[in-house]
Amino acid sequence: MLRGSSAVAIDNERNKHPSDVIAAASAARARRSGRVGLATASRSTSDPHPAEMATHELHPNDTLTTLKMESENLKAKLEEERAKLHDVELHQVAEKIEALGQFVMKTRRTLKGHGNKVLCMDWCKDKRRIVSSSQDGKVIVWDAFTTNKEHAVTMPCTWVMACAYAPSGCAVACGGLDNKCSVYPLSLDKNENLAAKKKSVAMHTNYLSACSFTNSDMQILTSSGDGTCALWDVESGQLLQSFHGHGADVLCLDLAPSETGNTFVSGGCDKKANVWDMRSGQCIQSFETHESDINSVRYYPSGDAFASGSDDATCRLYDLRADREVAIYSKESIIFGASSVDFSLSGRLLFGGYNDYTINVWDVLKGNRVSILFGHENRVSTLRVSPDGTAFCSGSWDHTLRVSEEEGI
Amino acid sequence: MDTISTAENHTEMEQVIVAMQDPDLGIKMKNQRLLITVIPHAMTGNDIVEWLMKKYSIMEEEALHVGDLLVRHGYIYPLKEPRNLVLRPDESPYRFQTPYFWSSQQWPASELDYAIYLTKKNIRKQGQLIDYEKENYNLLHKRINHTWDFVVMQAKEQLRASKQRRKADRIVLECQEQAYWLINRPPVECLTPRLSQRDRGKQSNTKCEHSSRMCPITHITKRTLVRVSGLAFQDGRGVEHLKKALGRSRVKSSICLESFIKYSEQYFSHDPMMHGCPPSNPWITDDITHWALNTNTVSTPTKLRVERWSFRFMELLSDPLGRLKFMEYLEKEFSAENLCFWEACEDIRHGENSRIPQKVSWIPHRQFLAPGASKWVNVDSKTMEKTLEGLRRPNRFVMDDAQMHIYFLMKKDSYPRYLKSDLYKNLLVKAIAPQETKRSVFPFMRRHRHSSPNPALVAQALEEDGKAKRLGSPRITSPATSP
Repeated sequence: MLRGSSAVAIDNERNKHPSDVIAAASAARARRSGRVGLATASRSTSDPHPAEMATHELHPNDTLTTLKMESENLKAKLEEERAKLHDVELHQVAEKIEALGQFVMKTRRTLKGHGNKVLCMDWCKDKRRIVSSSQDGKVIVWDAFTTNKEHAVTMPCTWVMACAYAPSGCAVACGGLDNKCSVYPLSLDKNENLAAKKKSVAMHTNYLSACSFTNSDMQILTSSGDGTCALWDVESGQLLQSFHGHGADVLCLDLAPSETGNTFVSGGCDKKANVWDMRSGQCIQSFETHESDINSVRYYPSGDAFASGSDDATCRLYDLRADREVAIYSKESIIFGASSVDFSLSGRLLFGGYNDYTINVWDVLKGNRVSILFGHENRVSTLRVSPDGTAFCSGSWDHTLRVSEEEGI
Repeated sequence: MDTISTAENHTEMEQVIVAMQDPDLGIKMKNQRLLITVIPHAMTGNDIVEWLMKKYSIMEEEALHVGDLLVRHGYIYPLKEPRNLVLRPDESPYRFQTPYFWSSQQWPASELDYAIYLTKKNIRKQGQLIDYEKENYNLLHKRINHTWDFVVMQAKEQLRASKQRRKADRIVLECQEQAYWLINRPPVECLTPRLSQRDRGKQSNTKCEHSSRMCPITHITKRTLVRVSGLAFQDGRGVEHLKKALGRSRVKSSICLESFIKYSEQYFSHDPMMHGCPPSNPWITDDITHWALNTNTVSTPTKLRVERWSFRFMELLSDPLGRLKFMEYLEKEFSAENLCFWEACEDIRHGENSRIPQKVSWIPHRQFLAPGASKWVNVDSKTMEKTLEGLRRPNRFVMDDAQMHIYFLMKKDSYPRYLKSDLYKNLLVKAIAPQETKRSVFPFMRRHRHSSPNPALVAQALEEDGKAKRLGSPRITSPATSP
């Protein structure tokens, strides 16, 4: 075979199977295009939103197209408006500051104890305890400093994709495929079964993807595969506010550290990151520049911006006052999605856990990568910096959690 | 192999693969010797690593990592040890997998295809299949017994056809198929091989672990709601939203971006990852002094901490110790009622839903807002009117406006005065500034890692003591009063 024909050969080979069983393959390919639809039909337990159903039946096709056109026009105008005030790029402004030197990252603690993929973790405000949840339904509270396990709960469902530590340190919240978010008060009586005091707080119509306590133990914010976010009162389980606007599963959320403390950001499979007003339930800002699902969103410490990590292998920074994306953190050699992002205390560093098992650290201002950490043996699913910024914890599908620190030399 | 379960990165991987096979800029492939057979169009592990290093300007470790992922996803397969899907940075021969077998093609690896493959192998090896393959073969034989004649016939046909090929082609096709099935039907007890250098010599399939087969759940859970039918609803709402968005006010990028620079500079010395952590980072030295010096009940705060209170008002308020010191100052100035009011509002906003009516009724009204009240706060008339109106139907947000008003009042007036006060200046002077200890002092000594009381335990103890909460103070349930 001539080398030059390799490119052509590749294309031809796409349709040629070495064996002679073609029928099965083409039938399978026909099935493939409908695969997502099948999965949706069999998995979705939610009834379509009543308003949706009504619109779908009443509006004929041409109204749909005119709406779409109007939407496209407005989007283009919005981008124009946003561009008008964009007079400089972040890396240009950052030219005058010193570049960061070399960094050394070391894993200081490895927490072993989960029997399956670790999906989520959260720090306690005491800066050393963490809660983690995994695919086999186990939720464990650790003193990460001593690596001791302090509490363990077995959830009645698998794939516990969300967990959070209460600000007081007295309870944890978790949920996943059970479509609920439950709060477990942490009891120190060894004989007491934690599951006995469990409080079912949130009820969604699809899986729970993320949860977070607001400033107190009394309210929880949740996001779900049913496309909505919701604010709940823990004590009564009452729905305080719901947030509609995502066109697909919502995968992540983060509360704003602002003075007024009334907003949060969420990211979803519709590639959008939305900023919401907790009080009114309205979406106040929306950003759609990612090319794939947004897996993680995190506010910049000042609350004026947020970062996002996506399956398109990039992390991006969005400024809320400028109302636009201001930086993209990517590299050609990074081809796997970012599952989880978090800032260092000063906001100068952005940590990203990726599906290719690595953790990449970015200089937020200059835009370049300053460090890469290998160590996990499977994809990194969750990453959080500790409340005082002394270390960060990463959880992975390799069943472990690692607490690592980063030092400039 | 869990990594297979998401199809999102296949296009990116394929882009890399296609670039690798570019006739001009790609890897220079040649004939590779495999024992006595010459395999055309192959390359060595070294070739792959070097090409990646050059193309993406990365170091060897990262190039090895990326290349290894490509092998593990089945885009490149090894010729020498076909069962071991690992990239070796040496002279081992590798080949590109035919696009037909690419994971992204997603034709589901059906039972029928697998059965045919196993039958072929069984015939070729005269019944000597590997354990897990034997198991699968027997299982399939039972399960799709009704089509077994077809399976055997197909297998025989394919074997006959392959016998007519040249040896080199035959080896290539066998390796291709084998690599494909290794990925789609991995041995049940196999962990993805370790990436570390030193494990390269070991056989990856000797490491046993719980099965991590292709997981349909992730695929399903992330895609349950691609709401095509709801598009009309979505767009109707979307149009409204876009119109609103057009009207919002924006700030120039230059101003916004400057603020990031300023923020990072201001907090630089407070960021343990940028500047170290006096006296030492507990995670590195196992010494918890840093935490002990920064608890909420410490009598003398550290210098960094007191400094931080001057950065922004929210920093002062969100640090329980800072808030306490601020309250002390305000009490001296006879203007403590503002902070008390703010705390009471916080309590309403974040407290239990059921207690809102009770809290709302007697705290703000009696104590703060009614004229002549003992802790009367200075709210402007418009806000006062709105608040009193809202108090008739108490909800958690009813005090928001008043709270905001008082917050900004304190921020503009009391806070700057506090920072200039003797009280604050004294704190700064007396503050502890621990020396950064050199780690090399105890290079071989491993300190005992002290445990700390569980915050839940502390809270429980407090409640049991029946400590009465100060009127109007928020539920400061901050954990870890001692490290």
